[in-house]
Amino acid sequence: MQSIILIVFLPLIAAIVAGLGGRAIGNTAAKAVTTGALFVSAALSWPIFLSFLNGSGHETVVPVLDWIRSGDLQVDWALRVDALTAVMLVVVTTVSSLVHLYSWGYMAEDPGQPRFFAYLSLFTFAMLMLVTADSLIQMFFGWEGVGLASYLLIGFWYHKPSANAAAIKAFVVNRVGDFGFSLGIFGTFLVFGTVSIPAILAAAPGMAGSTIGFAGMRVDTITLLCLLLFVGAMGKSAQLGLHTWLPDAMEGPTPVSALIHAATMVTAGVFMVCRLSPMFEQSETALNVITYVGLATALFAATVALVQNDIKRVIAYSTCSQLGFMFFAAGVGAYGAAMFHLFTHAFFKALLFLGAGSVIHAMHHEQDMRYYGALRRDIPLTFWAMLIGTLAITGVGIYGVFGFAGFYSKDAILESAYAAGTVPGNIAFWVGAFTALLTSFYSWRLIFLTFFGDARWGASEHIQHAVHAHDDGHHADPAGEHGDSAHSTATPPTGTAGYHPHESPWTMLVPLALLGLGAVFAGWAFYYPFFGTEEGARFWAGSLVHDEHLVHAAHETPLWVKLTPAFVMLIGLALAWNNYIRSPGAPAQVVAATGPIHNFLMRKWYFDEIYDALLVRPAIWFGRLFWHGGDERIIDRFGPHGAAAAVGVGNRMTARLQSGYLNSYALIMLLGLVAAATWAMTR
Amino acid sequence: MEGFPILTVLIAVPLLAALACLFVRAEGARWTALGATLLNLALGVLLWANYQPGGPQWQFQEEVRLGGDYLNWQLGIDGIALMLILLSVFLMPICIGASWRAIERRVPEYMAAFLLMEALMIGVFAAQDLLLFYIFFEGGLIPMYLIIGIWGGAERIKASYKFFLYTLFGSVLMLIAMLVMIGEAGTGYIPALMAYDFAPGLQTWLWLAFFASFAVKMPMWPVHTWLPDAHVQAPTAGSVILAGVLLKMGGYGFIRFSLPMFPEASNQFLPLVFILSSVAIVYTSLVALVQRDMKKLIAYSSVAHMAFVTFGLFAFNRQGIEGALIVMLSHGLVSGALFLCVGVIYDRMHTREIERYGGLANNMPGYALLFLLFTMAAVGLPGTSGFVGEFLAMMGTYAVSTWGAIFATTGIILGAAYMLYLYWRISYGAARTEEARTMPDLNRREWALLAPIAAVVLWMGIYPESFMAPMRKDVGLLLARIERAAPAGDSRPTPGNPAAAAPAHAAAAHGGAEAAH
Repeated sequence: MQSIILIVFLPLIAAIVAGLGGRAIGNTAAKAVTTGALFVSAALSWPIFLSFLNGSGHETVVPVLDWIRSGDLQVDWALRVDALTAVMLVVVTTVSSLVHLYSWGYMAEDPGQPRFFAYLSLFTFAMLMLVTADSLIQMFFGWEGVGLASYLLIGFWYHKPSANAAAIKAFVVNRVGDFGFSLGIFGTFLVFGTVSIPAILAAAPGMAGSTIGFAGMRVDTITLLCLLLFVGAMGKSAQLGLHTWLPDAMEGPTPVSALIHAATMVTAGVFMVCRLSPMFEQSETALNVITYVGLATALFAATVALVQNDIKRVIAYSTCSQLGFMFFAAGVGAYGAAMFHLFTHAFFKALLFLGAGSVIHAMHHEQDMRYYGALRRDIPLTFWAMLIGTLAITGVGIYGVFGFAGFYSKDAILESAYAAGTVPGNIAFWVGAFTALLTSFYSWRLIFLTFFGDARWGASEHIQHAVHAHDDGHHADPAGEHGDSAHSTATPPTGTAGYHPHESPWTMLVPLALLGLGAVFAGWAFYYPFFGTEEGARFWAGSLVHDEHLVHAAHETPLWVKLTPAFVMLIGLALAWNNYIRSPGAPAQVVAATGPIHNFLMRKWYFDEIYDALLVRPAIWFGRLFWHGGDERIIDRFGPHGAAAAVGVGNRMTARLQSGYLNSYALIMLLGLVAAATWAMTR
Repeated sequence: MEGFPILTVLIAVPLLAALACLFVRAEGARWTALGATLLNLALGVLLWANYQPGGPQWQFQEEVRLGGDYLNWQLGIDGIALMLILLSVFLMPICIGASWRAIERRVPEYMAAFLLMEALMIGVFAAQDLLLFYIFFEGGLIPMYLIIGIWGGAERIKASYKFFLYTLFGSVLMLIAMLVMIGEAGTGYIPALMAYDFAPGLQTWLWLAFFASFAVKMPMWPVHTWLPDAHVQAPTAGSVILAGVLLKMGGYGFIRFSLPMFPEASNQFLPLVFILSSVAIVYTSLVALVQRDMKKLIAYSSVAHMAFVTFGLFAFNRQGIEGALIVMLSHGLVSGALFLCVGVIYDRMHTREIERYGGLANNMPGYALLFLLFTMAAVGLPGTSGFVGEFLAMMGTYAVSTWGAIFATTGIILGAAYMLYLYWRISYGAARTEEARTMPDLNRREWALLAPIAAVVLWMGIYPESFMAPMRKDVGLLLARIERAAPAGDSRPTPGNPAAAAPAHAAAAHGGAEAAH
């Protein structure tokens, strides 16, 4: 298992070489070093995963270096490998290596390529440190490291004010989550006297029923710790309330969205809950909170995704929603199902994002789906890739025969929720099923708007720029013009304007093909290790809580429960087909009929506006108040200025040369010393 | 090392060099100062190498009786003093280098002032005699006044005037307290005083008197308003040394005097310290958020960071105190480096207005990289020195007061907001002025100043053991001393009772399984 050292540190070394030496060694070398390192990491990761699949793998911890030693607090740099880590290793290294390759094509014309690839590799290193953490503090290191990389990559095009704002927003909102995570770590250390994850998990059952003081309240110990840690997970995984950064993060280049904001970093919260599942199992309250938060997020994000026009934002809200699915799976106790969905989602969501990137690439950086249409003939390979991704996310499959990746994992989640038999479980099943319907609708809407219907590229500013490369005509900003209405397709701008989209280069298509394989087969191939009753117990081997009774019950749910996901998928598909293929005028009627609701969804439930009014503006206002009012008008007036005025020397002293009071100060000090010395010696 | 008075030599080298500076021209003074500070750095490394982490509490002790009973040349260091001396001798050559071309007027006097300050700073950390400490402690500020008052900016008079009034107030009270202590304990020998038990009633007054001085030096809210003005007016190197070392004297004072000498009073005033620190973190972070002047922003952030120190020190536990010490070292490096970063672009454009910059990542990529590293260290990113200290300090605080920890931890949110907002306006976006667009990247001298700090910031973040090991024993001794007054904390978890709390969740899963069948 010493290969784990290479898996984790090769990306770091590559990032340093490309980042610091990028100018010296040139673009191609920098790209080759980072991409090569990632492919080696991926090649080394799969054997580890397979060894856990066939039962030959066993839990190991490879120590690297001492880190922090402070009394009882003993933190080491160490790399932990068990089944849970192995799953994350293949997800992270596979998607990352494919995204590196894809970026050769996607970023080919960017002047900052070494920097981009260095950031990608740095991100991968931090993510690997997170998933191999053996202590909460190393997990926090990875946690913050991926936050840094995310900040740098969202703001990669740093000349854009919107990209900078999104980058800062991502970092600061994540810090709100880290506020909870930090307090959780402090509390955990206080209660257990250690931050070592295995030690905490071993001791957690013994703390059931304990109470603890927190901010003047007396609360259940494990519940408090779990909820504090979960706040961190909410931040990183963009759960309702702390989700606002994720849609804005789409300002980053699309490969970044695929890697960080779909497949890996945003799933860190789910991973954390699974890693600490023996602790969360001790608090029913905490699990119920997780269930409801996950459920609310899944539903909220899906409703917003229904009406977005930006192709990346639809997928971003979809990611947010799918993360909600993973959380409520964990909340009902089906951690294996949560990890299974994390695993399949990584493939099909990365595929969807990279496919969207390919569309954007072909459409000259136009991201508004209202200016797409009929693209399946021009970019057929991208179309097939995105179609496979959509079949996977909407969970297409025939029970007992074959299904795409999402079919297995989403079914596993909904069946577990039903099988849990609790009130939260039942609510989760019904709301989850409804959300799956919405998922199907918005996913098919994306496909239909992009690849079917008539070409509507003519009105796109980007396309016009591409066609009239030297034309400096002033075009209205499409986003600004149509920003408040989703379905201006009532009067669709038609025509191709003479523009011919081109299929992307092979560097972009190969990753699509490989991720497509994952989106087709990942669910079918790995269902039993992740979610089998006995197979699951063997595979997970205690690396997360595998509740055999619950899993068994999930397998034994009634047929109608098993068919529900497929049924709602078909309804969503039918609705989308009706609205965007059969009668394209339908969306406008829906918008007209549901004006306020539609606006509410377009505005994303007004979260940004509310936070701006409640948090951002007051912070600035208080900052100015404290500065001018507090420091200058109160403290200075009654402090130094007041003291000077009181003795009537203020003006004279400030007018004089500085040496005036310098001398007097030195004099006073000397006099004091002389007095002291005299007194001391004559005693 | 036996018999070699290394501490005296560490103080004497800069003093002699300061004298020498006054007799040479500008260029000669620069090289003299650089040579002397580098020699002192070498001596400091020698000191570190010869220090025995598990050895006696006080090492390298020297004594010369000056005739009286209560004022003697008594020097000696423990691990805490060692680390702060190392910080001082590490930053001094960098300060001289930062002033190399930025100071053109009265160079010999300037270099002499800096060297004098180095001697006095080392004296503060090495003194074992109460009155000797006082002389170094207050004397060290005189060269600082000179540096601000003579080589400072347009409003230097007002700035040094504020500095003076605040400091005078504190130091008079401290001197009186020191005299009372000598009268009470019959000795001015600091190690003896650290073991002397003052009556609790007297402790209260003595603690308050010392607090007046140290709180100003830290500085703590609300006696912090001298700091932004002093930083803004000071030349770059003056800001570096002010933030890097002078602000550490308050923390050193707390750990050397207030805690071990007045443990009961420290406990008694713990709520005061925690409330002031909580206010400081929220208040000064918000003020930092709205600053338009780079130096002022970093100055306000210093006040917020110093609140982590006061939180940690008064946590009465190992994580808190060790964390506070690492914050002191880390902040010395990071804020020093941030002021140097400001100095680099100030030297080119002669303005501190944030609005005049922008887009520096284009034409100054090396600068943008280092500035980013120090920004991340300032926001406490794991892997940098800032994290280790802040995290430990907050962890220690949590054990005493969850309210305190909640306020302290808001600092990591607000800190990220104001630092990243600053970084955006300086390095990203488009250049707002033509000068900003065409500034050259770091030259070799500037690399030589910033790269060593960057290396130590990462070293302290990845392997802090090098810096914590020498201080471990001394923190242990301090803890043993103050243990009797340690507060209980507000968490007080009760023992678990797994039998009583039935596994309701598993039972529910069973029920569900049955229902499903």
